[in-house]
This record gives sequence, C-alpha cells and structure tokens, in this order.
Amino acid sequence: MTRNAMIDEWYPVGLASQLDAHGRKTALMGEPIEVRLGEDGNAKVTGGNGRVLRACIRYGHVWASLGDPQKPLFAIPEADQPGRRLVDVGVVRVRCSPLRAVENFLDIAHFPFVHTDILGAEPHTEVQNYKVEIREDEDEVWATQVQFYQPQAAKSAEGGITTQYMYRVPAPTCSILYKTCPPRPGEWDVITLFVQPLAEDLCDVWPWMALFDDETPMTDLIHFQQTIFVQDRSILENQIPGLLPLDPGMEIPTRADLTSVAYRRWLKRHGYTYGAQLVAQ
Amino acid sequence: MKLYDYVLSPSCYKVRLMAALTGVALDIRPVDFHPGGEHRGPELLALNPAGSIPILEDGDLVLTESSAMLVYLAAKAAPQWLGNDAAGPAARVQQWLSFSHRLTASLGAARLHEMLLRPGNIDALRGQGTAALRELEAGLVEQRIRGQRFLASDRPTVADIACFPYVALAPDGGVLLDPYPAIRLWSRAIRAIDGFIEMPGIHRLHELKPEPVLGGGEA
Repeated sequence: MTRNAMIDEWYPVGLASQLDAHGRKTALMGEPIEVRLGEDGNAKVTGGNGRVLRACIRYGHVWASLGDPQKPLFAIPEADQPGRRLVDVGVVRVRCSPLRAVENFLDIAHFPFVHTDILGAEPHTEVQNYKVEIREDEDEVWATQVQFYQPQAAKSAEGGITTQYMYRVPAPTCSILYKTCPPRPGEWDVITLFVQPLAEDLCDVWPWMALFDDETPMTDLIHFQQTIFVQDRSILENQIPGLLPLDPGMEIPTRADLTSVAYRRWLKRHGYTYGAQLVAQ
Repeated sequence: MKLYDYVLSPSCYKVRLMAALTGVALDIRPVDFHPGGEHRGPELLALNPAGSIPILEDGDLVLTESSAMLVYLAAKAAPQWLGNDAAGPAARVQQWLSFSHRLTASLGAARLHEMLLRPGNIDALRGQGTAALRELEAGLVEQRIRGQRFLASDRPTVADIACFPYVALAPDGGVLLDPYPAIRLWSRAIRAIDGFIEMPGIHRLHELKPEPVLGGGEA
C-alpha cells in the first residue's frame, strides 16, 4: 500500500487557549498523541511511540502533523486584520468521516431543512448558479458567487438578507467560509471548520471564526455557531455510506453539489483518501 | 425572569420549552459552558454552589434544579401543566420528575462524553440509559392501555417536559430510540403541542403542515 498523502498534512489537535503543561491525550488518524505546553512556551505534540511531531499554534488552535509537511499551514490573511473578533467555538465530536464533515460544511442546499429559520427557510430553497474551480497555483478548491436567502445569517444580522458566500478548501479536512458581513459591507466574515481526524469514521470538529462584530457578546457568538454545527451533527452521524464515496458511480450529483464534486475530485487527485470509500460497494 | 442558559444543554432547554409552552417570557443570560467552563467560575458558583446550569432567578427566588423551575413556571402561568392533584396522578408526576434525574445522569452524561469529550464510562452510561428508556417505554405503554397519551395524564404535564429532552437526544450519546415505539409516539405528541420550540438535535415536526384537502370521490 502506498503512503497516505494525508499523513503529511496539518491537523487541529486542540485549543491554544487550553494548552497546559499537564497535557491532553487525543488521537490523529488512529495514532494516540499527546498535546501539551512545552517548556519553551510552544506546543509540544508527541506521537504514539513518543516521537515529537511537527507542531505550530495558529488561528486559535494547536496544529500537528504525523508526517513531514512540505508546506507551512495554509494562510488566512483576514485572520490578522485588525478589528476582527476571534472566536474559539470549541470542540464537538462527531461519529462520521472527517471528509464528510467538510463536505457538509460546503453544502448550501440543506440550510432551509436543517438550519430552519436561521440559515434558510422554505420556500427559499433554490441554490442559484455559482462558480467552482480547483485553483492550480494555490492548489485549493474555491466556490465563489454563492448566494442564498437567509432569515438570520449571523448573530449580527437583523431580519432576512441574501447572503453572499465564498468557500475555500485549503487542506483535506479544513474549510474556510467567507460570508457577507452585516455590520461592515465590503468585508467578509471568516468562518472556518477545522477537522481533526481521529479515525476514518470519527472526528473532532473545531469551528473557529474571525468576525467584524463589536456588539454581540462573545458567548452569543459561540452559541450561534455551536447551534448551527450541532444541528448538522445528527445528520452527519446518519449518512450512508459512512465513508465519503470518491467513486463517481456511487451517486448522481446535481448542480447545487458542484463544490462537493470538485472537493471529491481534488481529494482523489491528491490521494487524500483517509475517510473515503474508493470503490462503490 | 432570568435564565442562565446554555443553548446545547437539555436541562436548560426544558426550562425554555416550558416557558414557551406556558407563555412566560424569559430573559436569557447565555453561559459559556463549553469551551469556557463559565458555570464553574466565581459569579455562577456564588449563585449555585453545585456548579450546574440552568439557574432561574425571579426576584429573590433562585432555583438551581430544573424540575423545580418547571413546577414554578407552570404554577405561575399555566397550572394545568401541574396535572391532576388527585393522589395517584399527582404521585405519578412526582415519580417521573424524580426519574428524569436518571436520564440526565445516564443519557445526558453519555451525550456529553460523545459530543463534548467529557469524562465517563461510556458503556456503563449507555447501559444505565437503556435501562431507563425501557422503564419509560413500559410506563408509556401502560398509560396507553389506560387511554392516556402522556406520562401522568391524557394531557402533557411538567413530567413530560422533564423527561423529554434527554430521551429525544439519546442518539447523540449513541443510544438509539429505534426499539421504543411508545417513546417515539410520545415524542411526536410532545413535538406537536402548540407553542413547541426546538433545540439543536431536536427537530420540529415538518409534517405538521396542513393536510392537503381532497375533493369528494377521490381515493
């Protein structure tokens, strides 16, 4: 068997704000790991056999890799923009494929049915045409010109608005959503989904946000995003098949699924197959 | 009335649901339970030394037990939710209010373990949760035989609201509800009550839209 390309990627393994010298035991792709604050003030992550893993702290989280990442962790330039509130939403564990968690995050069509009266509402169910591309230079999946009618798009939104979205997949288990920012037209709110693959069918999900919103209390921002994600959780735990199918014979996508199609194609191209089903069964 | 609330807490949801069903307006004070652990901070420990939420404040009255909050809301705004005060039905309400703590300690703890990584012996918690669900199923079947759809009478009471959230969310902790038809009917009946509100993981009944009107002579 060839080496899984996902070994060399970066994954979130904990909140930077909760790092301590005592450490926390968790796992990465089936391997038990331990995450703690090193004596030098940096994160120290050790693998199952005690070896020290590559690690860094960025976007509110500790990141680690089991292998030898060829690139630094992807950039989110907006994260360093002054005036943004950085929101650690906290971990939620989901018994699903880490790739399924990302794919669901990329989907818009479920909003009226799963996030009813928040991110969508009947009869506004149509997903209008949008653009999807795999950007060769950055090697990322991008969906742009996405728009959707939302009753309460953000904690800072009053009443329904048509929200503009852009989606970006810079790593196999991470996605970044850029979204209309109600208090600051012209800027994008940044909402991320960082997924830690524990096993092929189990993941810890660490949502994180960088928002322009000076009004809403931090706890309300956290609860808004936790509400949305936990509405998704029971759906994710009941998807069949559990692993994300990469065999195009398995399903018939519609136009609304273009982002998912590109994501799956990109995963397949890179051999990012941890949590995927390669041949339809 | 001020509720110290966490949006993902089934115990807090009991109080929000009861308030919605009895028409009481709550002033919601969100608590950063996860990831912040604010319920264990000095401000909330001063209110509730047990370090749990919800906490309900109304003037001088501070309640820290969700069953007491349900009774308080019902007594204040809609006493029919307290049930019949004859000895048998009244005792049945109390029985299920107390029983609801077993659901919290088993299914609730399993859910916290599986979803928010709280410590616990997951097999033991699921076993205890399953035992409690079987008891609830048997209780609901007996009620059906008596001609009653809810736990303590033919109308919902505080007992139903106390038991419903942790049961409905059992699958979050990996305990499926498929083997319990009476529980599923009861859950549906609760979700069909006028004024019902949802929480993440408990969906509204989409089926409640008006039935299509069929003309005469159609099959």
